Amino acid sequence: MCSTCGCSQEDGSVTIQLMGTKEHVHIGADGKVLTHHHHHAHGHNHDHQHHHNLLTYAPTEKPSKTILQVELDILQKNRLQAERNRGFFEAKNILALNLVSSPGAGKTALLERTLTDLKGQVPFFVIEGDQQTANDAARIAATEVPVVQINTGKGCHLDAAMVHHALHQLKPSENSVIAIENIGNLVCPALFDLGERLRVVIFSVPEGEDKPLKYPDMFQSAQLCIINKVDLLPYVPFDLEKAKSYAQQVNPYIEFIEISTISGQGMDAWYKWLHLQRNH
Amino acid sequence: MHELSIVMSILDIVEGQVRSHHAQKVESIELEIGQLAGIEWEAMDFAWDAAVRNTVLENSSREIRKVEGRARCLECGEVFPCPTLFTPCTVCGSVFSDLLQGKELRIRSLVLI
Repeated sequence: MCSTCGCSQEDGSVTIQLMGTKEHVHIGADGKVLTHHHHHAHGHNHDHQHHHNLLTYAPTEKPSKTILQVELDILQKNRLQAERNRGFFEAKNILALNLVSSPGAGKTALLERTLTDLKGQVPFFVIEGDQQTANDAARIAATEVPVVQINTGKGCHLDAAMVHHALHQLKPSENSVIAIENIGNLVCPALFDLGERLRVVIFSVPEGEDKPLKYPDMFQSAQLCIINKVDLLPYVPFDLEKAKSYAQQVNPYIEFIEISTISGQGMDAWYKWLHLQRNH
Repeated sequence: MHELSIVMSILDIVEGQVRSHHAQKVESIELEIGQLAGIEWEAMDFAWDAAVRNTVLENSSREIRKVEGRARCLECGEVFPCPTLFTPCTVCGSVFSDLLQGKELRIRSLVLI
Protein backbone atom coordinates (compact mmCIF):
# COMPACT_ATOMS: atom_id res chain seq x y z
CA MET A 1 0.00 0.00 0.00
CA CYS A 2 1.30 3.46 -0.88
CA SER A 3 2.27 5.20 2.34
CA THR A 4 1.47 8.60 0.89
CA CYS A 5 -2.02 8.21 -0.54
CA GLY A 6 -3.06 4.80 0.79
CA CYS A 7 -3.96 3.32 -2.57
CA SER A 8 -2.95 -0.28 -3.15
CA GLN A 9 -0.06 -0.69 -5.56
CA GLU A 10 -0.28 -3.70 -7.81
CA ASP A 11 2.70 -5.72 -8.86
CA GLY A 12 4.45 -4.14 -11.78
CA SER A 13 3.41 -0.60 -10.95
CA VAL A 14 5.81 2.35 -11.08
CA THR A 15 5.78 5.26 -8.64
CA ILE A 16 6.99 8.75 -9.47
CA GLN A 17 7.38 11.18 -6.59
CA LEU A 18 8.41 14.82 -6.45
CA MET A 19 10.76 15.17 -3.46
CA GLY A 20 9.65 17.59 -0.78
CA THR A 21 5.94 17.24 -1.60
CA LYS A 22 3.21 14.61 -1.32
CA GLU A 23 2.58 14.87 -5.07
CA HIS A 24 3.06 11.57 -6.77
CA VAL A 25 1.81 9.35 -9.54
CA HIS A 26 1.31 5.58 -9.91
CA ILE A 27 1.56 3.92 -13.29
CA GLY A 28 0.03 0.45 -13.43
CA ALA A 29 1.45 -2.43 -15.43
CA ASP A 30 -1.30 -1.78 -17.98
CA GLY A 31 -0.17 1.82 -18.40
CA LYS A 32 -3.08 3.35 -16.46
CA VAL A 33 -2.05 6.49 -14.59
CA LEU A 34 -3.32 7.33 -11.11
CA THR A 35 -2.53 10.73 -9.68
CA HIS A 36 -2.69 11.43 -5.98
CA HIS A 37 -5.17 14.29 -6.15
CA HIS A 38 -7.79 13.00 -8.52
CA HIS A 39 -7.75 9.23 -8.04
CA HIS A 40 -9.26 8.43 -11.37
CA ALA A 41 -7.50 6.29 -13.89
CA HIS A 42 -7.02 7.52 -17.42
CA GLY A 43 -6.37 4.80 -19.92
CA HIS A 44 -3.25 4.80 -21.97
CA ASN A 45 -4.47 3.47 -25.28
CA HIS A 46 -2.25 3.54 -28.30
CA ASP A 47 -3.93 1.89 -31.21
CA HIS A 48 -1.20 1.41 -33.77
CA GLN A 49 -2.67 1.99 -37.17
CA HIS A 50 0.36 0.72 -39.01
CA HIS A 51 -1.00 -2.21 -40.98
CA HIS A 52 0.28 -2.58 -44.52
CA ASN A 53 -1.02 -5.54 -46.56
CA LEU A 54 -4.30 -6.69 -45.13
CA LEU A 55 -5.64 -10.02 -46.40
CA THR A 56 -8.89 -11.44 -45.13
CA TYR A 57 -10.43 -14.71 -46.23
CA ALA A 58 -13.43 -16.57 -44.88
CA PRO A 59 -13.52 -20.39 -45.37
CA THR A 60 -17.07 -21.68 -45.02
CA GLU A 61 -17.09 -23.24 -41.54
CA LYS A 62 -14.04 -21.94 -39.71
CA PRO A 63 -13.76 -18.45 -38.17
CA SER A 64 -12.16 -15.96 -40.56
CA LYS A 65 -8.43 -15.40 -40.38
CA THR A 66 -6.71 -12.10 -40.88
CA ILE A 67 -3.10 -12.08 -41.99
CA LEU A 68 -1.30 -8.86 -41.22
CA GLN A 69 2.11 -7.85 -42.53
CA VAL A 70 2.76 -5.77 -39.48
CA GLU A 71 6.46 -4.89 -39.91
CA LEU A 72 6.50 -3.10 -36.59
CA ASP A 73 9.49 -2.32 -34.47
CA ILE A 74 8.84 -3.68 -30.98
CA LEU A 75 10.47 -0.74 -29.26
CA GLN A 76 8.54 1.69 -31.45
CA LYS A 77 6.35 2.92 -28.61
CA ASN A 78 9.35 3.75 -26.46
CA ARG A 79 11.16 5.36 -29.40
CA LEU A 80 8.18 7.61 -30.15
CA GLN A 81 7.90 8.71 -26.55
CA ALA A 82 11.67 9.26 -26.41
CA GLU A 83 11.44 11.55 -29.42
CA ARG A 84 8.64 13.48 -27.74
CA ASN A 85 10.88 13.92 -24.70
CA ARG A 86 13.73 14.94 -27.00
CA GLY A 87 11.51 17.56 -28.64
CA PHE A 88 10.58 18.95 -25.25
CA PHE A 89 14.25 19.22 -24.22
CA GLU A 90 15.18 20.94 -27.47
CA ALA A 91 12.33 23.41 -27.27
CA LYS A 92 13.37 24.41 -23.76
CA ASN A 93 17.09 24.36 -24.57
CA ILE A 94 17.65 21.74 -21.87
CA LEU A 95 20.74 19.53 -21.86
CA ALA A 96 19.42 16.09 -20.89
CA LEU A 97 21.91 13.45 -19.77
CA ASN A 98 21.23 9.75 -19.17
CA LEU A 99 23.69 8.44 -16.55
CA VAL A 100 24.16 4.67 -16.62
CA SER A 101 26.41 2.29 -14.70
CA SER A 102 26.52 -0.78 -12.51
CA PRO A 103 25.15 -0.29 -9.01
CA GLY A 104 27.80 1.44 -6.89
CA ALA A 105 29.97 2.93 -9.63
CA GLY A 106 29.31 6.41 -8.29
CA LYS A 107 26.47 8.01 -10.28
CA THR A 108 24.82 9.61 -7.25
CA ALA A 109 28.14 10.68 -5.72
CA LEU A 110 29.09 12.30 -9.03
CA LEU A 111 25.84 14.22 -9.05
CA GLU A 112 26.11 15.25 -5.40
CA ARG A 113 29.57 16.68 -5.94
CA THR A 114 28.65 18.33 -9.25
CA LEU A 115 25.49 19.94 -7.90
CA THR A 116 27.37 21.27 -4.87
CA ASP A 117 30.36 22.59 -6.82
CA LEU A 118 28.31 24.23 -9.57
CA LYS A 119 25.62 25.66 -7.30
CA GLY A 120 24.46 29.01 -8.58
CA GLN A 121 26.35 28.57 -11.87
CA VAL A 122 24.26 25.93 -13.61
CA PRO A 123 20.51 25.32 -13.08
CA PHE A 124 20.09 21.56 -12.49
CA PHE A 125 17.12 19.25 -12.27
CA VAL A 126 17.44 15.56 -11.44
CA ILE A 127 15.42 12.43 -12.15
CA GLU A 128 16.43 9.49 -9.97
CA GLY A 129 15.65 5.88 -10.86
CA ASP A 130 15.81 2.95 -8.43
CA GLN A 131 13.79 -0.20 -7.86
CA GLN A 132 12.97 0.86 -4.31
CA THR A 133 13.54 3.68 -1.80
CA ALA A 134 14.00 7.41 -2.22
CA ASN A 135 17.51 7.28 -0.73
CA ASP A 136 19.27 8.63 -3.82
CA ALA A 137 16.71 11.38 -4.33
CA ALA A 138 17.11 12.38 -0.69
CA ARG A 139 20.86 12.77 -1.21
CA ILE A 140 20.17 15.02 -4.21
CA ALA A 141 17.47 16.95 -2.38
CA ALA A 142 20.04 17.78 0.30
CA THR A 143 21.89 19.84 -2.33
CA GLU A 144 18.67 21.85 -2.79
CA VAL A 145 18.22 20.81 -6.41
CA PRO A 146 14.67 19.84 -7.52
CA VAL A 147 14.50 16.07 -7.90
CA VAL A 148 11.91 13.40 -8.71
CA GLN A 149 12.39 9.77 -7.60
CA ILE A 150 11.07 7.04 -9.88
CA ASN A 151 10.65 3.64 -8.22
CA THR A 152 10.21 0.90 -10.79
CA GLY A 153 9.33 -1.85 -8.30
CA LYS A 154 10.49 -4.91 -10.20
CA GLY A 155 11.57 -2.99 -13.30
CA CYS A 156 15.22 -3.06 -14.31
CA HIS A 157 15.45 0.07 -16.43
CA LEU A 158 13.87 3.47 -16.90
CA ASP A 159 11.88 4.03 -20.06
CA ALA A 160 10.76 7.11 -21.96
CA ALA A 161 7.21 7.01 -20.58
CA MET A 162 8.46 7.11 -16.99
CA VAL A 163 10.68 10.08 -17.81
CA HIS A 164 7.74 11.79 -19.49
CA HIS A 165 5.65 11.48 -16.33
CA ALA A 166 8.56 12.59 -14.16
CA LEU A 167 9.02 15.71 -16.29
CA HIS A 168 5.40 16.68 -15.64
CA GLN A 169 6.13 16.57 -11.93
CA LEU A 170 9.55 18.21 -12.14
CA LYS A 171 8.58 21.15 -14.39
CA PRO A 172 12.18 21.95 -15.40
CA SER A 173 13.04 25.47 -16.50
CA GLU A 174 14.57 26.58 -19.78
CA ASN A 175 18.34 26.49 -20.33
CA SER A 176 18.84 24.00 -17.52
CA VAL A 177 20.61 20.65 -17.27
CA ILE A 178 18.57 17.54 -16.49
CA ALA A 179 20.52 14.60 -15.14
CA ILE A 180 18.61 11.33 -15.36
CA GLU A 181 20.23 8.75 -13.09
CA ASN A 182 19.16 5.40 -14.51
CA ILE A 183 18.73 2.16 -12.56
CA GLY A 184 22.11 0.68 -11.64
CA ASN A 185 22.32 -1.90 -14.41
CA LEU A 186 24.70 -2.14 -17.35
CA VAL A 187 22.45 -4.46 -19.35
CA CYS A 188 18.84 -3.42 -19.84
CA PRO A 189 18.98 0.38 -19.93
CA ALA A 190 21.09 0.12 -23.11
CA LEU A 191 18.01 -0.68 -25.17
CA PHE A 192 15.78 2.10 -23.94
CA ASP A 193 16.15 5.58 -25.36
CA LEU A 194 14.90 8.15 -22.84
CA GLY A 195 15.14 11.11 -25.20
CA GLU A 196 18.46 12.25 -23.79
CA ARG A 197 20.96 14.34 -25.78
CA LEU A 198 23.92 12.40 -24.41
CA ARG A 199 24.42 9.13 -22.61
CA VAL A 200 27.18 8.93 -20.00
CA VAL A 201 28.42 5.49 -18.92
CA ILE A 202 30.29 5.40 -15.63
CA PHE A 203 32.45 2.57 -14.42
CA SER A 204 34.86 2.51 -11.52
CA VAL A 205 38.39 1.24 -11.01
CA PRO A 206 37.47 -1.64 -8.64
CA GLU A 207 35.13 -3.05 -11.34
CA GLY A 208 37.99 -4.12 -13.57
CA GLU A 209 39.27 -2.88 -16.91
CA ASP A 210 37.34 -5.36 -19.10
CA LYS A 211 33.94 -3.92 -18.23
CA PRO A 212 33.45 -2.44 -21.73
CA LEU A 213 33.93 -5.84 -23.37
CA LYS A 214 31.55 -7.53 -20.96
CA TYR A 215 28.80 -4.99 -21.54
CA PRO A 216 29.33 -3.89 -25.14
CA ASP A 217 25.75 -2.74 -25.84
CA MET A 218 25.94 -0.15 -23.11
CA PHE A 219 29.36 1.16 -24.07
CA GLN A 220 28.40 1.34 -27.71
CA SER A 221 25.32 3.38 -26.90
CA ALA A 222 27.19 6.00 -24.83
CA GLN A 223 29.05 9.11 -25.95
CA LEU A 224 31.06 9.76 -22.79
CA CYS A 225 32.75 7.23 -20.53
CA ILE A 226 33.64 8.38 -17.02
CA ILE A 227 36.17 6.22 -15.17
CA ASN A 228 35.57 6.89 -11.48
CA LYS A 229 37.50 6.11 -8.28
CA VAL A 230 40.93 6.71 -9.85
CA ASP A 231 42.17 7.45 -6.34
CA LEU A 232 42.11 3.64 -5.89
CA LEU A 233 44.52 2.97 -8.78
CA PRO A 234 47.50 2.32 -6.47
CA TYR A 235 45.53 -0.32 -4.55
CA VAL A 236 43.60 -2.46 -7.04
CA PRO A 237 44.67 -4.11 -10.30
CA PHE A 238 43.39 -1.91 -13.15
CA ASP A 239 45.10 -1.02 -16.41
CA LEU A 240 43.76 2.39 -17.44
CA GLU A 241 45.09 2.25 -21.01
CA LYS A 242 43.65 -1.24 -21.57
CA ALA A 243 40.29 -0.11 -20.18
CA LYS A 244 40.16 2.75 -22.68
CA SER A 245 41.22 0.58 -25.60
CA TYR A 246 38.54 -2.00 -24.76
CA ALA A 247 35.92 0.74 -24.74
CA GLN A 248 37.22 2.05 -28.07
CA GLN A 249 36.99 -1.42 -29.60
CA VAL A 250 33.27 -1.37 -28.93
CA ASN A 251 32.82 2.34 -29.64
CA PRO A 252 35.66 4.11 -31.48
CA TYR A 253 34.03 7.51 -30.93
CA ILE A 254 33.62 7.38 -27.16
CA GLU A 255 35.28 10.11 -25.07
CA PHE A 256 36.89 9.58 -21.65
CA ILE A 257 37.15 11.52 -18.41
CA GLU A 258 38.96 10.02 -15.41
CA ILE A 259 37.75 11.25 -12.04
CA SER A 260 37.56 10.67 -8.36
CA THR A 261 34.50 12.14 -6.67
CA ILE A 262 36.29 11.68 -3.33
CA SER A 263 39.59 13.38 -4.10
CA GLY A 264 38.22 15.79 -6.72
CA GLN A 265 40.69 14.68 -9.38
CA GLY A 266 39.32 15.19 -12.89
CA MET A 267 36.19 17.04 -11.79
CA ASP A 268 37.36 20.16 -13.64
CA ALA A 269 37.49 18.20 -16.89
CA TRP A 270 33.92 17.00 -16.25
CA TYR A 271 32.70 20.56 -15.56
CA LYS A 272 34.45 21.77 -18.69
CA TRP A 273 32.73 19.03 -20.71
CA LEU A 274 29.37 20.02 -19.23
CA HIS A 275 29.85 23.69 -20.10
CA LEU A 276 30.90 22.72 -23.61
CA GLN A 277 27.80 20.59 -24.14
CA ARG A 278 25.50 23.30 -22.78
CA ASN A 279 26.80 25.79 -25.29
CA HIS A 280 26.80 23.36 -28.19
CA MET B 1 15.95 -9.36 -17.55
CA HIS B 2 14.43 -6.95 -19.98
CA GLU B 3 13.19 -9.82 -22.17
CA LEU B 4 9.98 -9.67 -20.14
CA SER B 5 9.69 -5.98 -20.93
CA ILE B 6 10.14 -6.79 -24.62
CA VAL B 7 7.45 -9.48 -24.49
CA MET B 8 5.10 -7.02 -22.78
CA SER B 9 5.74 -4.53 -25.59
CA ILE B 10 4.95 -7.23 -28.16
CA LEU B 11 1.77 -8.07 -26.29
CA ASP B 12 0.79 -4.42 -26.18
CA ILE B 13 1.24 -4.00 -29.94
CA VAL B 14 -0.53 -7.30 -30.71
CA GLU B 15 -3.49 -6.52 -28.45
CA GLY B 16 -3.93 -3.26 -30.31
CA GLN B 17 -3.97 -5.09 -33.64
CA VAL B 18 -6.46 -7.70 -32.35
CA ARG B 19 -8.73 -4.91 -31.12
CA SER B 20 -8.60 -2.84 -34.26
CA HIS B 21 -9.32 -5.87 -36.47
CA HIS B 22 -12.09 -7.15 -34.21
CA ALA B 23 -10.39 -10.54 -33.88
CA GLN B 24 -10.39 -12.97 -30.96
CA LYS B 25 -6.82 -14.11 -30.69
CA VAL B 26 -3.54 -14.68 -32.46
CA GLU B 27 -2.97 -17.92 -34.33
CA SER B 28 0.65 -17.23 -35.12
CA ILE B 29 3.21 -14.47 -34.88
CA GLU B 30 6.43 -13.98 -36.83
CA LEU B 31 9.22 -12.04 -35.12
CA GLU B 32 12.51 -10.83 -36.50
CA ILE B 33 15.29 -10.56 -33.93
CA GLY B 34 18.87 -9.71 -34.72
CA GLN B 35 21.86 -11.52 -33.24
CA LEU B 36 23.00 -8.18 -31.78
CA ALA B 37 19.63 -6.95 -30.54
CA GLY B 38 20.61 -7.71 -26.95
CA ILE B 39 18.08 -10.50 -26.53
CA GLU B 40 18.93 -13.69 -24.70
CA TRP B 41 16.95 -16.51 -26.36
CA GLU B 42 16.34 -18.66 -23.32
CA ALA B 43 15.27 -15.67 -21.25
CA MET B 44 12.93 -14.73 -24.09
CA ASP B 45 11.32 -18.19 -24.14
CA PHE B 46 10.93 -18.13 -20.39
CA ALA B 47 9.44 -14.65 -20.35
CA TRP B 48 7.15 -15.45 -23.27
CA ASP B 49 5.57 -18.50 -21.67
CA ALA B 50 4.94 -16.63 -18.46
CA ALA B 51 3.65 -13.40 -19.96
CA VAL B 52 1.24 -14.74 -22.60
CA ARG B 53 -0.90 -16.76 -20.22
CA ASN B 54 -4.54 -15.61 -20.43
CA THR B 55 -3.80 -13.20 -23.25
CA VAL B 56 -4.52 -13.16 -26.97
CA LEU B 57 -1.09 -14.69 -27.54
CA GLU B 58 -1.69 -17.78 -25.40
CA ASN B 59 -1.36 -20.96 -27.49
CA SER B 60 -0.21 -19.03 -30.52
CA SER B 61 2.68 -20.42 -32.49
CA ARG B 62 5.68 -18.20 -32.89
CA GLU B 63 8.39 -18.15 -35.49
CA ILE B 64 11.54 -16.16 -34.83
CA ARG B 65 13.70 -15.17 -37.79
CA LYS B 66 17.17 -14.63 -36.41
CA VAL B 67 19.16 -12.07 -38.34
CA GLU B 68 22.94 -12.47 -38.41
CA GLY B 69 25.09 -9.45 -37.73
CA ARG B 70 26.83 -8.01 -40.78
CA ALA B 71 28.91 -4.85 -40.96
CA ARG B 72 30.70 -2.79 -43.58
CA CYS B 73 34.25 -1.71 -42.78
CA LEU B 74 34.66 2.06 -43.04
CA GLU B 75 38.32 1.74 -43.91
CA CYS B 76 38.50 -0.98 -46.58
CA GLY B 77 34.83 -1.42 -47.55
CA GLU B 78 34.67 -5.14 -46.77
CA VAL B 79 31.25 -6.47 -45.73
CA PHE B 80 31.87 -9.08 -43.07
CA PRO B 81 29.95 -11.20 -40.55
CA CYS B 82 29.76 -9.42 -37.22
CA PRO B 83 28.71 -11.77 -34.39
CA THR B 84 29.59 -9.29 -31.62
CA LEU B 85 29.56 -5.54 -31.28
CA PHE B 86 33.33 -5.42 -31.26
CA THR B 87 34.20 -7.78 -34.11
CA PRO B 88 36.92 -6.07 -36.12
CA CYS B 89 37.04 -6.16 -39.92
CA THR B 90 38.07 -9.63 -41.08
CA VAL B 91 40.28 -8.14 -43.81
CA CYS B 92 42.01 -5.10 -42.33
CA GLY B 93 41.24 -5.42 -38.59
CA SER B 94 39.71 -1.96 -38.24
CA VAL B 95 37.14 -1.36 -35.50
CA PHE B 96 35.46 1.44 -37.47
CA SER B 97 32.49 -0.16 -39.14
CA ASP B 98 28.81 0.43 -39.93
CA LEU B 99 26.41 -2.24 -38.80
CA LEU B 100 24.21 -3.20 -41.78
CA GLN B 101 21.99 -5.71 -40.03
CA GLY B 102 21.74 -7.57 -36.75
CA LYS B 103 19.95 -5.22 -34.37
CA GLU B 104 16.42 -5.86 -35.57
CA LEU B 105 13.68 -6.28 -32.98
CA ARG B 106 10.39 -6.38 -34.82
CA ILE B 107 7.10 -8.09 -35.39
CA ARG B 108 6.99 -9.09 -39.05
CA SER B 109 3.50 -10.51 -39.32
CA LEU B 110 0.51 -11.79 -37.44
CA VAL B 111 -2.27 -14.24 -38.24
CA LEU B 112 -5.39 -13.29 -36.29
CA ILE B 113 -8.49 -15.40 -35.79
